[in-house]
Amino acid sequence: MAANSTPKRGPGSRPIGFEKPKNLIQTTKRILSYLKNSKLQVFLVILSLIVSTVCGLLGSYFLKPLIDQYIVPKNFRGLALALVVLGIIYLVGSVASYIQTRLTINVSQRTINVMRRDLFDKMQSLELSYFDSHSHGELMSRFTNDFDNVQLMLEQSLTQLFSGMLTFVGCVVLMLILSPLLFLLTAIVLVLMIFISKKIGEKSRYYFQHQQKILGELDGYIEENIGGLKEVKVFNHEDAEKATFSNLNEKFREAATSANFLAGAIMPIMGNLNNIAYAATSVFGGVLTILGHFTIGSLGAFLQFSRQVGQPINMITSQLNNVFAAMAGAERIFEMMDQPPEVDDGKIILVQSSSRSTDPGADRNVLRSGRSWEWKLPDGNTVPLKGDVRFSDVNFSYVPEKQILKQISLYAKPGQVIAFVGSTGAGKTTITNLINRFYDIEDGTITYDGIDIRKIKKDSLRHSLGMVLQDTHLFTGTILDNIRYGRLDATDEECVEAAKRASAHSFISRLPEGYHTVISGDGANLSQGQRQLIAIARAYVADPPVMILDEATSSIDTRTERLIEKGMKALMKGRTVFVIAHRLSTVRNANAILVLEHGEIIERGNHEELIAQKGRYYQLYTGINQLE
Amino acid sequence: MFQRFFPYLGKYKKNLIFCFFLVISDVICELMMPLLMSKIVDNGIPQKNIRYISLVGITMVALALASILFGTLNMKFSAEASQGFAANLRESLFNKVQSFSFANIDHFSTASLVTRLTSDTTQMQVTVMMCLRILLRAPMMLVCAMVFAISINARLSVIIFIAIPILVVGTMLVVRTAERLFTTVQKRLDGLNGTIRENLIAIRVVKAFVRARHEKEKFKKANNALTESAIQAGNLISLVSPIMMLVLNGATLAVIWFGGKMVGTGSMGTGQLLGFISYLMQIMISTMMFSMIFILFARSQASGARILEVLDTEPDIRNSEPAGQDSQPHSMNSGKIEFRNVDFRYNTAESEGKNVLSDINFTVEPGEITAIIGGTGSGKSTMVNLIPRLYDTTCGQVLVDDTDVRNYDLDTLRSGIGMVLQKNVLFSGTIRENLLWGCADADNEKIKNAAEIAQAHEFIEGLPDGYETVLGEGGVNVSGGQKQRLCIARAILKNPRILILDDSTSAVDTATEAKIREAFRNSLKNTTVLIIAQRISSVKDADKIIVLDDGKISGIGTHEELYHSNDIYREICNSQQEGLAS
Repeated sequence: MAANSTPKRGPGSRPIGFEKPKNLIQTTKRILSYLKNSKLQVFLVILSLIVSTVCGLLGSYFLKPLIDQYIVPKNFRGLALALVVLGIIYLVGSVASYIQTRLTINVSQRTINVMRRDLFDKMQSLELSYFDSHSHGELMSRFTNDFDNVQLMLEQSLTQLFSGMLTFVGCVVLMLILSPLLFLLTAIVLVLMIFISKKIGEKSRYYFQHQQKILGELDGYIEENIGGLKEVKVFNHEDAEKATFSNLNEKFREAATSANFLAGAIMPIMGNLNNIAYAATSVFGGVLTILGHFTIGSLGAFLQFSRQVGQPINMITSQLNNVFAAMAGAERIFEMMDQPPEVDDGKIILVQSSSRSTDPGADRNVLRSGRSWEWKLPDGNTVPLKGDVRFSDVNFSYVPEKQILKQISLYAKPGQVIAFVGSTGAGKTTITNLINRFYDIEDGTITYDGIDIRKIKKDSLRHSLGMVLQDTHLFTGTILDNIRYGRLDATDEECVEAAKRASAHSFISRLPEGYHTVISGDGANLSQGQRQLIAIARAYVADPPVMILDEATSSIDTRTERLIEKGMKALMKGRTVFVIAHRLSTVRNANAILVLEHGEIIERGNHEELIAQKGRYYQLYTGINQLE
Repeated sequence: MFQRFFPYLGKYKKNLIFCFFLVISDVICELMMPLLMSKIVDNGIPQKNIRYISLVGITMVALALASILFGTLNMKFSAEASQGFAANLRESLFNKVQSFSFANIDHFSTASLVTRLTSDTTQMQVTVMMCLRILLRAPMMLVCAMVFAISINARLSVIIFIAIPILVVGTMLVVRTAERLFTTVQKRLDGLNGTIRENLIAIRVVKAFVRARHEKEKFKKANNALTESAIQAGNLISLVSPIMMLVLNGATLAVIWFGGKMVGTGSMGTGQLLGFISYLMQIMISTMMFSMIFILFARSQASGARILEVLDTEPDIRNSEPAGQDSQPHSMNSGKIEFRNVDFRYNTAESEGKNVLSDINFTVEPGEITAIIGGTGSGKSTMVNLIPRLYDTTCGQVLVDDTDVRNYDLDTLRSGIGMVLQKNVLFSGTIRENLLWGCADADNEKIKNAAEIAQAHEFIEGLPDGYETVLGEGGVNVSGGQKQRLCIARAILKNPRILILDDSTSAVDTATEAKIREAFRNSLKNTTVLIIAQRISSVKDADKIIVLDDGKISGIGTHEELYHSNDIYREICNSQQEGLAS
């Protein structure tokens, strides 16, 4: 039990225990609905639990007839027979307890499995804004801490609670049968035990919360320090950090010692109160026996029960805490499951067009392999996919009071390159996030080949758009797997070809395992630039008609960028491309450059026109005038 | 391995002795109970001696009260010792980590270091506490209960000696097998959590590529694999307690049978039989405790090993021996930098002995502004990291003020150098507190001055709380460019002889960046400045430009010189269409 007094920790840990679920009934129902398919198993668990508990109680009660009827009268034939019966009771009890444990583990593991999958599937369908408003640590903690607690409850707490209560009731009943008078004595001690356990529980709860609070501070401090360790070294800040840490560490030691002490002290106190009851029973039982109201066998059996009856009290309190923590965790899990998924009313879907030869870019590269697409309208008609994107009077804000985009109108004709420039926070990335409907606009319309994008099924819309994001994220797996992420049925050759075009081939070949090098931890073993090259290769493989490049080459030096320029040009050819970049070299060849400031387009035109205008664009890229 | 952790008990070592005696006393008190009870049954009742019974009863209550005292004290001392131990261990770890060099930090990932300081340390604390509470108790209970049992009836004790080996062997077998299974479970759990974390971080990629179904499938597989192995381990573990119960019950049956016969022949009292059964129970319980301890030890072994790995890591950059006191400079004067035939390679498995820098030779005169330019992976950052000894050269020398950096006291060296890292970090706290990292006792005037040079003063003043604005962890509430400027200001506040900017203005727009460089020129006349940059506009007015290519110096000179003589430089210029403004 003492092990439970120490906090369990995972990513984004939060204090466990002593939590109050908000809606116990609703949550219980919900958990029960997960057990619906295991009704038979649950029934068997309850049955075997009852059998094993009853067998345990019977075994103790059997002491009375054994002593009174066989041992004292020296009836050894009867004793042998009685022992066989007792042996059978023991055996049944053990088998029942095995069945119960095994079934419980199976049921709870499978239940958790389904719940976990449900939550993950749900997570995949959530709006991006949900991820913006919840930290990774917080969401992670649902999958780790909260599920741990629910699992502990299903696997252990519930059965222990049930058997504990059953044992308690059984003991009380059997003690009453054996001797109501002696039970009165035990009852006094029991009441005392419950009272003390409650008192200590309250106190220990207080200390525990205090400990958890400081633990949060300590962990936060450690994380921040280690995250910025290089900074600490550069600034010679080691001693100051050590001093701060030492302080916190000492504070935590004190708090944890008090909490640990109290949580532990409950055991010897309760145990020995039980012993006092045992002593009192021995004395008064002895007296009763002398007076002839009681037999030695009854006394023996009663003493057994008086030892057993105290144990559940301790257990019930601690398991109840677990159950509450688990319920609170389950509530958080269900709360996430109940989030509205991304709205997707679009009925227009993307289909591969039957007429291959019409693709003007058929000769462009091996990757496009003559694939061409069209929009399939609900009425069965089709519109060829060209890549014509238009914004008219679009307004957008992430939070109501802070307008991010104001009255944005723009158009990109098929095959054009549109560049967005402007300072951080001007709204460049936001515009691209609206095209693929990561977020939905408030006013205005965005059309794609003349179709309102809200009418297009999101999956289809996103399939038609390729993205290379500023922060490159890679997945655990080989480099090849990561390139293939763009199109799952791409062959190895196609992936290598894509890597070559992205200029990633040379560095990949130099890795010890080449394309089969395993990337771990979001590609921590690669440089930012290398990761971007892989992301570009990934976009190549995806081969979409419209591309969004959000600072796609920001971490690649200009010379390497030059090397991949050819590849980039090939990537852009025949596609509509939206480019965000702060490098002149990247944007100067765009068909149109839009300069954004505070969510508005303040200048538009091609490179020459904008330079001639001597406006914001001119200032941004010459650094002659001082702005900001 | 565990003896290596012993010293961390520190001043709580004496608690071990206290705990030892407290546990013995506690166990004896507790075990006296059945013995005394048997006396009531066998002597008091047949003799109808109520006085005797009461006396024995009072003794029992007294023992129970004493036991509460012993037990509670034991809890106190064990809590104190285990938490004290954890605090000492944590502090040693923390201090060790503070002494790590960059190479050491690279070796351990941030997340793994955090785990070692938090959950691994907690695991060790639990182990110590459980040792003091259970490990001490179990063997004593076992021994004492056996002694009592034998003293009651030696012949009957034979049963115990038969039962124990069966129990021990049985549980050991199960636990051993289960251990392997649990390792698999843990591995799969880590894998599953990895998938979740990855999906959280890269949710935009997943959505952009419409890969939800693919990810769900991946998750389903990992999830099912985890459940399978957890059930397998669980099935095995669910055998433990029924087996134990069966052995215990079998022994009880035997005791009742043979003991019953002895009671029949009068060689044993009924009370003694009851007492004996109680001891049998205690013996079995303590044997079970042993198996718990084995599981606990197996778990903490992994944590312990991870902790020791950190403690055993020797920081590969150590302060120079203060042997030649005179030769060790006490401060940095001019800020001259010289590289002599420097080679460098990272000591990691992946580097495969490939040099990151080869044959680097150059000198930077005091007060100069020197720019370093070159492609990704050309070794720019590595090169400047050698100056404050964040890494040590593999070959050759780096000299500051004509003294090898390895002869400096690390504090002296690093306080003379202001450095803005590529991946810069701000800490939670106010802007002022963050800036004070550079110089703890700087006054407002100094802070303002540094912020002005870094072109940060204006935007700071524009914030509602100005310099008192509280930054979230990692400086989340300021933009990338603002963060970089704060970091520059922080470094300037150090008033360093040498200032190094490692691509630290990449998020600052060109105009502001020009103003920063202008301010450097005017206000930091006596500071040697090294700037790593990607943009030609950031480097072209430097006193000297170093062009790095694939770890080698390709050219050194001014913008004009290099533009005419250096192909790589010209190529970089052309790629950025630098001709535009002029």
